Amino acid sequence: MTGTSEAGDGRIGNWKVGVVTSIRRESASGRSITIDVPRWGGNIAGQHTDVRLTAANGYTAVRSYSVASAGAGDRIELAVDRLPTGEVSPYLVDTLREGDELELRGPLGGWFVWTPQQTESVQLIGGGSGIVPLMAMIRSHEASGSTAPFRLLYSVRTPLDAFFRAELESPSANLEVTWIFTRGAPSGWSRPAGRITAADLEAHGFPAALSPTVFVCGPTGFVETVASALVALGHEPNRVKTERFGGA
Amino acid sequence: MAVISRGFVGRGGEVNPDLPAGQYLTADFPVLSSGPTPHIDTVDWQFSIRTDSDTLHTWNWEELHALPVEDINTDIHCVTRWSKLGTSWRGVSLDTLFATVKTTDEYVMARSYGGYTTNVPLADLLGGQAWIALEFDGAKLDPEHGGPARLLIPHLYFWKSAKWIHGLEMQSQDEPGFWEQNGYNMYGDPWLEQRYW
Repeated sequence: MTGTSEAGDGRIGNWKVGVVTSIRRESASGRSITIDVPRWGGNIAGQHTDVRLTAANGYTAVRSYSVASAGAGDRIELAVDRLPTGEVSPYLVDTLREGDELELRGPLGGWFVWTPQQTESVQLIGGGSGIVPLMAMIRSHEASGSTAPFRLLYSVRTPLDAFFRAELESPSANLEVTWIFTRGAPSGWSRPAGRITAADLEAHGFPAALSPTVFVCGPTGFVETVASALVALGHEPNRVKTERFGGA
Repeated sequence: MAVISRGFVGRGGEVNPDLPAGQYLTADFPVLSSGPTPHIDTVDWQFSIRTDSDTLHTWNWEELHALPVEDINTDIHCVTRWSKLGTSWRGVSLDTLFATVKTTDEYVMARSYGGYTTNVPLADLLGGQAWIALEFDGAKLDPEHGGPARLLIPHLYFWKSAKWIHGLEMQSQDEPGFWEQNGYNMYGDPWLEQRYW
């Protein structure tokens, strides 16, 4: 039996102390945070990290966040959306400053990941801050010079709620980006604002016949809708990888 | 030696002794699944235990419901750090299902509709510790939460409580299941914080 304690988790190691090097506002409720983490050692696109906060009285809170960056090196980027009733996310979005220390443990996870060795078509479907692990895949795809065809469907309330907007508005040659606005679309936008439907997936996603690997990340309701529609469109359930947050 | 997070106070309050280290209380019921939710008609549903002698013990939906159904009140702990205290379930005890099963194997691979797997020692399924759960909070189990039936092993992290349970396979050695191959602990005791490899 493994029976590892924290100290015994050799593969991911103990808590590491990172230093926040820069912070960028992404939306009204979200921002990205770049952190130098000595001994991080790089991560695969799609992996996540535990973040631990400790109050002066010793109280601690830990949550997992997807890493928005990928590849070798000890500098990582997180992107966090403030949950109104959250305990850790409001601190990361509103209080944390450049130069602050932050404890991290990772990288974690070996399922919802993409590596440049994969050559098949990849369909990414993100809702809200569910874009974060998909962004790591997009960046890994571009940085590696991969020629695997990539498509992204990104659903957000309004253009102002989009994370990584500038980066996604000028995608690389092998990436096609389709925006879905659920509450307010820019004027002149042909698709009326509304939640993602099977028709959106059919019109803008890779067809099931191509057997793409599909990564879906977002709130539970979004992921349930999208994953069910994909299976109905003929995608093999075992080629549809999901990551969800929030209750049902 | 923890780093103090400047300006962080947290929710505060007293330490809850029912909450394992590193967990927080949640009122809702988060869903975590690695793929699409399978939808299984109870007409087609089947549960089986396959033993070392390659014998298959099988129950359909009616046969399972003909067995004693127990009320279960328990805390549950997810490796993604949420815990729910005092949840109520109804289900059939694995003790009941294993009553007629003869095996010398000590390990079990749980297999779900949709292909999910997770490994558990047999000892953790017996002795009033595990159930095939059919209801949560007075209602039949939603597909998102593993309906029509899921494994319930509340003393281990909740990924061991396989949703859409289809069968148990006895094995002589402990082999890793799905999350156990993807970074999570072979056993998963929340009180020892056995989260990862």
